[in-house]
Amino acid sequence: MRYSLVSKANALAMQENTRPMKIDSGVGVRRVRAADIPSVIALDARVTNLAKTEYWNDVFRRYGKQRLHERFFLVAENRADRKDLRVLGFIIGEIRAWEFGSTPCGWVFALSVDPENRLHGVGSALLEAISAEFKKAGVGKMRTMVARDARLPMLFFRSEGMMAGPNIQLEKDLD
Amino acid sequence: MRLQISTRLAIFAVLELTAREGCQLSVADIGEKYGVSSHHLAKVMHVMGRNGLVRSVRGAGGGYQFVGNARRVTLLDVAQLFEDLSAVDRDTSGADATPEGQALHEVLNEIDDIARATLGSITLATMRKLVDRHSSSTGRRSKPAAPRRRNQTRS
Repeated sequence: MRYSLVSKANALAMQENTRPMKIDSGVGVRRVRAADIPSVIALDARVTNLAKTEYWNDVFRRYGKQRLHERFFLVAENRADRKDLRVLGFIIGEIRAWEFGSTPCGWVFALSVDPENRLHGVGSALLEAISAEFKKAGVGKMRTMVARDARLPMLFFRSEGMMAGPNIQLEKDLD
Repeated sequence: MRLQISTRLAIFAVLELTAREGCQLSVADIGEKYGVSSHHLAKVMHVMGRNGLVRSVRGAGGGYQFVGNARRVTLLDVAQLFEDLSAVDRDTSGADATPEGQALHEVLNEIDDIARATLGSITLATMRKLVDRHSSSTGRRSKPAAPRRRNQTRS
């Protein structure tokens, strides 16, 4: 898998089409399509300063096309403006069972919202949509993992009612 | 984890003040709901006032108002006005300097880190949602402290 750091100039170029929109009234969430992937790659590169084209194409193959009954790759779009096809954000999750001794539960492992369009309910709409998919698939618990010092995502997930679960993540340096 | 009484009172007080927008309550109003003395609560409010979390409104009908952003102020912001929640410096002498002391220090630091992360991730707005959730699950509605009538004693 190849990754490339995005230069500041490139990051700015990627922001070219990201002015804030009037989206309060019309955030829509749907499954990802192949045509969305360039927008997803650009959004992720803007947020992380790391372009991961190969990674996202692979994620689309695995989560956008296969085992769709338990894998969910959803994007948010501005329904108020049909001509505007920008991806406002995306969320990816899947149902995993019996790992770590857990009964089936929905794991959210990626959530990103265009920085220029935050605080408009995009993240909440994405989380609500994937929760509904998990519920429809028969699971009653949703989990994610957030770095302790990642203030913004931590505040967001907490505000959505997520609390510490019964597991503690452990790790060690491999010398 | 145990919080000091002042910390708990401060959290209860700001939760009351954020229950309704522009809410203004006296220490007597809040103290009555939680069964605590106005004297103790007044000291707590004074500390929060000095640190810009609340402001006192003088005159008839006066009291305290929350002046922060409930979606940004966290429990950690409130708690660290009353408790020392910073990482404990390791004593480089005596028992703490032994491998056993260092190992214990590492474990205790892990506990402190988790406690700080938890308190720092819950805003007052999130706490209000939690209060509502507990109200609906227990069937016991959280009744906001009510302002007293104007002719009653205020602080």
